[in-house]
Amino acid sequence: MNSSSSRAFFSARLNRIRALVYKESLQIVRDPSSLAIALVLPFVLLLIFGYGVSLDASHVPIAVVQDSRTPASEGFIASLRNSRWFSPKPYANIHDAIGALKRQDVEGILWLRENFGRGIESFHNAPIHVIVDGVDDNTARLVEGYLNNTWQTWLHLRAQRGRLSSPLPAELQVRIWFNPDNRSRDFLIPGLIAVIMTLIGALLTALVIAREWERGTMEALFVTPVSIGEILVGKFIPYFILGMSGMALSVLMSRFLFEVPLRGSVITLALTSSLFLTTALGMGLLISTAAKNQFVAGQIAIVFTFLPAFILSGFIFDIHSMPPFIQAITHIIPASYFVTILQSVFLAGDIPKVIIPNSVALALFAVFLFALILRVSRKRIE
Amino acid sequence: MAEPDSPEGLITANRLTKTFPSPRGLVTALDDITFSLKKGSITGLIGPDGAGKTTLMRLLAGLLLPDSGEIKIMGINPSKDPLSVQGSIGYMPQKFGLYEDLSVQENLDLYASLQGVPQDRREDLYVPLLAMTGLSPFQKRLAGQLSGGMKQKLGIACSLVHQPPILLLDEPTVGVDPVSRRELWEILKKLVSESGSTLFVSTSYLDEAERCNEILILYNGKILGNGTPEAFRMEVAGRGYRAEAPGQSLRVVEPKLSVLPGVVDTVLEGSTVRVVMDSDMPPSVPQGLGKILLHPAPPRFEDAFMSRIKKVTRENPKTISIDRLYPKHSQEQKNIPEKPENAIDVENLVRDFGTFRAVDNLTFHVRKGEVFGLLGANGAGKTTTFRMLAGLLEPSGGKLIVAGKDVRKAAAQARQNIGYMAQKFSLYSQLTVFQNLIFFSSAYGLSGSLQKEKIQNSLTFFELEPYRNVSSGILPLGFRQRLALSCALIHEPSILFLDEPTSGVDPNARREFWHIINALAIVGVSVLVTTHFMEEAEYCDRLVIMAQGTLLAMGNPEEIKEKTRTPQMPEPSLEDAFVSLLSDFSRTQGDHQ
Repeated sequence: MNSSSSRAFFSARLNRIRALVYKESLQIVRDPSSLAIALVLPFVLLLIFGYGVSLDASHVPIAVVQDSRTPASEGFIASLRNSRWFSPKPYANIHDAIGALKRQDVEGILWLRENFGRGIESFHNAPIHVIVDGVDDNTARLVEGYLNNTWQTWLHLRAQRGRLSSPLPAELQVRIWFNPDNRSRDFLIPGLIAVIMTLIGALLTALVIAREWERGTMEALFVTPVSIGEILVGKFIPYFILGMSGMALSVLMSRFLFEVPLRGSVITLALTSSLFLTTALGMGLLISTAAKNQFVAGQIAIVFTFLPAFILSGFIFDIHSMPPFIQAITHIIPASYFVTILQSVFLAGDIPKVIIPNSVALALFAVFLFALILRVSRKRIE
Repeated sequence: MAEPDSPEGLITANRLTKTFPSPRGLVTALDDITFSLKKGSITGLIGPDGAGKTTLMRLLAGLLLPDSGEIKIMGINPSKDPLSVQGSIGYMPQKFGLYEDLSVQENLDLYASLQGVPQDRREDLYVPLLAMTGLSPFQKRLAGQLSGGMKQKLGIACSLVHQPPILLLDEPTVGVDPVSRRELWEILKKLVSESGSTLFVSTSYLDEAERCNEILILYNGKILGNGTPEAFRMEVAGRGYRAEAPGQSLRVVEPKLSVLPGVVDTVLEGSTVRVVMDSDMPPSVPQGLGKILLHPAPPRFEDAFMSRIKKVTRENPKTISIDRLYPKHSQEQKNIPEKPENAIDVENLVRDFGTFRAVDNLTFHVRKGEVFGLLGANGAGKTTTFRMLAGLLEPSGGKLIVAGKDVRKAAAQARQNIGYMAQKFSLYSQLTVFQNLIFFSSAYGLSGSLQKEKIQNSLTFFELEPYRNVSSGILPLGFRQRLALSCALIHEPSILFLDEPTSGVDPNARREFWHIINALAIVGVSVLVTTHFMEEAEYCDRLVIMAQGTLLAMGNPEEIKEKTRTPQMPEPSLEDAFVSLLSDFSRTQGDHQ
C-alpha cells in the first residue's frame, strides 16, 4: 500500500468513526434513558449518600433511667444533653425503657443504678449500665463508643473540677488524620464516584449495544464497510465523554455542595479517572459481545460490575475487615483500586506511593480487557 | 443461466450448507444449495417461515460463515473478504436497521458516511432516493415516528445510498399493509429498470412471487425450484379449476374435494373452491358430492408451489372430524334446530383515546357459525375493536353483545365463550406441550378426569402426542401453531378470535389450519379473524374493511370485489379491492400520512 492510498484509507476510516460518534451523540441527547443513567442517577446517588446515608451518629435517641436522682447523676445527664451525639429521653423505670428500646423509639439505654451517687462520691467512679440495640451493629458500636467517651470525659472534668488528681494514670489523646471532622460523607463520596463511573462505563454501554442488536441496527451496520474496531471506537468515544461529564458533575457536587475537601490535584484526578473509565468501558464492551438483549446485558453488568463496585471496592465496607477469601476477590475488581486512589486524592492529596501502583493495576486491567475484546469480537451474527 | 464471463452484479452459491446447534441437536438451515442470480433482475427467494431465507441472506452478506460450500459475489467470497463485499452490496435486515432516535436525513447521512459517499455527491444521490421513496416531505421526522411502510422505504433508501449494484432485502414486506406493499414493489421495479441493479428479495407471501423476474423456492433448507414465474405457471397450466357447488356449503365440499384421487391442492376462494390436479386429467367427482360445476382456472404461481411441495412432503390429506374436540357442539347441532342467532353484535361502537377517535361508530353482526374477517391497514382500529370485544378495553359508547352477553356489563361471562389465538402464538415457551395444555385448561376452570380427557383428545386431534414432553419454544413452527389453537379451543368456546393466524406459515400448514377452522364453523363455532393478509381474507364468509376507525365496506369477498370493479380493472382481486377502497378513502381524507 503506497502512502497516498493508505492516507485515503485512514481518512475513510476517520470519516466512518466520526459518523458513528455523531450518531451515538444524537442518540444520547435524544434518549432520556441514557441521560438519566449518565447524569440523573449520579445526581440522585450523590444526594442520597451526601444527605441521607451517614455512618456517623448524631443526636441518637437514648433512654435514661435514674433509680435515684442525685446531683452527680443529673450532672452526667446534662453533659449527655449537651453533646451533639445524643438526645437523652428520661424514663421512670427500666421496664419502660426496655419497652421503648423494643419499639425502636431509642437506640440504647443508660441505666444509673441506686448506688451511682454513692459510688461517685466515695470512689470517684461508679458502674453505669448501658444496653444497646444490637440489630444495627454499626450504630450499636457507635453508641457504645460515644457513651463511653462521654463518660470518661465527664469523669475527667469532674475530677479536675474537684481539684483531684486524675484517676487515670495516662490519657488517651485521639487525633483523626485525613478526615479530622470524622465525617463519613467525606469518605463515602469519593468512593461513590467510582460506582457512578462503573454505571456509565459498563452498564450504560452494555445496554446501548444490546439495544442495537435488538433493533437490528447492528446487523445493518455490519453489512457496511465499517470494521469492528471502528464500531468499538465509535461507542468508546461518546461514552468516555459522557462518563467524564458524570465524573465532573460528581466532583463539582462533592466539592461545592457537600464540601468534601479535594487535597490532590485535578490533573491526577482526571488522569486516574480516564484510566478507570477506560477499564469500565472495556467491561461494558466485553459484556456486549456476549449479551445480545438488554435484559441479559443489564443483569450481567449489574452482577459483575456494579454490585462488586458497590460492595467489594472498599467504598462502604472496609476491605481490611473482610475475610481473607473475599479480600483476595477484591484484587480482581478494578473499582477497588480506583476507590483507593479517589480516597487518597480527595482526603490526603497526590501520594505517589498510593496513586502509582493502583494506576498501574488499572492500566493492566484496561490492556487485558481490550485485548480480550479484540480477540472475541467478530463482525458476524453468530 | 447467467453469463459466466461477466462477474459484475452476479451472485453464485455452490453446494452451500449451514447448520445451527439447538437443544435438540444440529438443525440444518440450508442443505446443499446451489444457484446463481441473473444480473439486472429481481429474484424472489420464496419460502415459508423457517425455510432458511434469513440464513441464506446473512451468508450472502458475510454475516455468517457456511459449514461447507462457497459463495461468490461479483467474484469475491464474502466469507473470506466480507469488507469488500459489504462495500458493494446494499442489505436491509428484517428489522430495517434504522435508528429510531435519528431523523430520516440523519439515518441517510449515517449510512452515506459509513459507505464512504463523498459529501459533495450526497445531495445528488439523496434527491432521487427521497423522491422515489416518497420521503422528501419527512426528512426531519424521526425514524421512530414513521409508519411501518415508510420505515421500510427509509430502510431501502439507506441501503441504497452508495448505489450498490446488488441489493439484498430480507422480508421487506413483512408486517406491512397491502397499500405500502404495492408501493414498495413499484419502487423495486423502478430501481431495477433505471439503474440495472440486481435485487434478491426474500418473502413468505406467495402472491409476491409473480412480481419477480426470477423465483427461487426455498423449503426446509432445500431449493425446490428455480425459474421465471411464467415457467412455474406453465407447469400447472390446464390443471387448475374453480369448483362451484350451488346450494352447498363450500366448507363442507372443500375437504371432500381435497381427498379425491389426483388432487394436489384445494383452497377456498370466495364463492368457489380452487382445485389443482397432478396431471391434465380433470377431477372425477363422484355422484355423492352433489352438483359440482368445474370451470378451468388460469394457472398461478401458488398452484405450482403447492404441487412441488406435495411432491416432497407426500402427505395424504385426511378427513377431519372434530366430534371429539367439540362433543358439546356437535350434539347441540344434531338436537336443536339452527336458529338465526348472532354470535356477536356490534352497534355504533366508539372508542376515544383522548381526542383521538380510534373506533368511530362501528356496526356489524357476526352470525353463528360464520367466519368473519376484520381487515384494515395498521392503525385502522382492528386491535382496539378486538380488545373491546374481548372485554379488555372499555368502549366509549355503543352496544357490544358477545355470545348473548353484554360485554360492558358481564365481560368475564362473555370471555368464557371466547377462544383467542394471538398473532405470535402466545404460549409459555419454557413449558412443555402438555404443561401448556394443563395451564390453559386450568385457567378456564377445567379439572379432574374431564380435564385429562380434554387434553388427551387435543393431543390426539392435533397430532401433538409425539411432542407431549417437548418445550413449546423449540417446537417446529407448524406444531407451535397447532398447540396455540388447541389451547384456545380447550374450553370449547363458541366464538374463536384469530389475530393474523397464518401469516408466514408454511402453505401446507395453512391449509390444514383452515380445514380445522372450517370444520369448527360447520358445527356452529363463530370465527372472527383480524388480518391484513388477503390469503386469510379469502377464507371468510363475510368481512369488513376498516380505515381510521371507520367501516369502508362490508360483505362477502365477491361483493367487496364487485364494489371496485371498473373498466380498467375488470377482474379485481380482493387485494385490488382493498387497495382501491383504501386509496379512495385517503383521497377523500385529503392526506395520506
